[in-house]
Amino acid sequence: MSSNLSPAEARELRFEIEEFNTEYARALDALDVESWPDFFTEDGFYRVTARENIDAGMTVGLVWCDGRPMLRDRAAAIRKTMVYAPRWLRHLISNVRVNGIDADGAIEAEANYLILETLMEDETRIFQAGQYRDVFVRTGEGLKLKSRDCVYDSHLIPNDMVYPA
Amino acid sequence: MDTMDGNTELRWPEEGLTHIPDWIYTSDEIFARERERIFLGPTWNFIALEAELPRPGDFKRSYVGDVPVVVTRDADGAIHAFENRCAHRGLEFCRALRGNASEFICPYHQWMYDLTGRLKAVPFRRGDRGKGGMPPGFDMNDHGPRRLNIATRHGVVFASFSDDVEPLDEYLGPETLEHFDVVFANRKLKVLGFYRNRLNGNWKLYHENLKDPYHATLLHVYLATFRLMVAGQKSAMFVSGKGRHATAASAKDDSAEIGKDTAAEMKNAFRDDMALEDQEFIRFVPEFDSPWTVTMQTIWPNLIVQRELNTLGIRHIVPRGPHAMDMYWTMFGYEDDDADMARHRLKQGNLMGPSGYLGVDDNEAIRFVQDGFRHSVSDRGIVMLDPENEGGTDTLISEASIRSLYRHYREVMDL
Repeated sequence: MSSNLSPAEARELRFEIEEFNTEYARALDALDVESWPDFFTEDGFYRVTARENIDAGMTVGLVWCDGRPMLRDRAAAIRKTMVYAPRWLRHLISNVRVNGIDADGAIEAEANYLILETLMEDETRIFQAGQYRDVFVRTGEGLKLKSRDCVYDSHLIPNDMVYPA
Repeated sequence: MDTMDGNTELRWPEEGLTHIPDWIYTSDEIFARERERIFLGPTWNFIALEAELPRPGDFKRSYVGDVPVVVTRDADGAIHAFENRCAHRGLEFCRALRGNASEFICPYHQWMYDLTGRLKAVPFRRGDRGKGGMPPGFDMNDHGPRRLNIATRHGVVFASFSDDVEPLDEYLGPETLEHFDVVFANRKLKVLGFYRNRLNGNWKLYHENLKDPYHATLLHVYLATFRLMVAGQKSAMFVSGKGRHATAASAKDDSAEIGKDTAAEMKNAFRDDMALEDQEFIRFVPEFDSPWTVTMQTIWPNLIVQRELNTLGIRHIVPRGPHAMDMYWTMFGYEDDDADMARHRLKQGNLMGPSGYLGVDDNEAIRFVQDGFRHSVSDRGIVMLDPENEGGTDTLISEASIRSLYRHYREVMDL
């Protein structure tokens, strides 16, 4: 991926990606899992994995979804089959950086994320700290994720992870 | 009840094994006794897969019970484990999760240990210019972290603090070995990565969860909805090793009819309005010499071996006091997997783990159980299903292997 963007272009793209991430966080904070797959391309890839794995070159994902059908299957499982206590989430996304754009227009970017989780009758806690490693493509409907790797630092998942990062 | 206050005698309910008192999950006194008699006692505890330590000098941090240990492979290829504690001032000296080293040096005073855990150097042992230093009789051979006994089977490494533990194959027993070997004996493992989560439940609840096939078709709506497991499918529980270890086995059968009565009992566990868009996800690719598509093994006291369709892994239980446990998951495939199979395993990994379609259900249920124990005034639960059996059984609607575990537990714990 060559970084062949002028500072102005990079700034404009960064703003566009920040807008994208704001909508992404808004959907997940509303627990609107059904709209979550729409942030991806039809063949979009989504993975949540520990930094420990990335550093060791390990391929596993806590969540490993290959394509929008599989993302929709996960959304449906969250809504209809998985059993869990009610919770609220806040996704805080910042430090967006555009790393480059390739000849086909795929944009490589990154951002930090923090997820706050609130269980009923309990204090709000930091659930996960991590980094999005993204590839965006421009479609007729605006930017879409061709891939989003959510690489988390948080070494122990508190109990379990129900909703996507 | 959180403590034993007001219940000075740890007396098991008179009804016997069908009734389990809450205090085995909540009492600090019980936890201390478990540590001494079970984890530090005559048991084999999982500590590593050899595939995690392929080269001489490779090491990892691990645990026996809640005791931190270092696992190493020495220059000759032998596996060792020793307490992660400096013999001098007690520092937990190995801080990296894993790595490669020729020796370990405690940072505080630079005492040095070799890959077998033996103390090899003490700076200023003879003092400085004739002053200070260790007493003349100090012998490095008398000091060093406690070293553990090691046993391996097909690349799975177990350790014991006890010299009285029986040989590993006897400890596991034939019924456990049979299904264990299906996963480990024939092909070389390839580690795919790790998950870690902290569960707010007593460590024994994880064993019980997998010795309780009754929940599988009721809690796990996903299993029932996509016919991965329903009552009436072929299933069995195999128990060995003094009732401690169990293998929950089932065979996915897409043609199996679900009878009207079965369907009625499971009415809240079905979603007839759901279909998978990605059907490939739950495909089983035959690859094992076994009639079972699923075997979940609970190996006392700290190992789960998961073979669920084509997703494979082990779970290492690290108890953290009576109310919590850490789960360290190592997911793996085989060295000879082709690209399609490698991808299939990663994909099917979504079933299990801290974000798995089934994993979340179990983790939540275990937490809810612990919440019940901690906060209520009632003081016992019941495990009465399938009363004619204790240990193995061939019905899902059974708690027979929970009872066989607790017969053994009570003996070891004097309860």
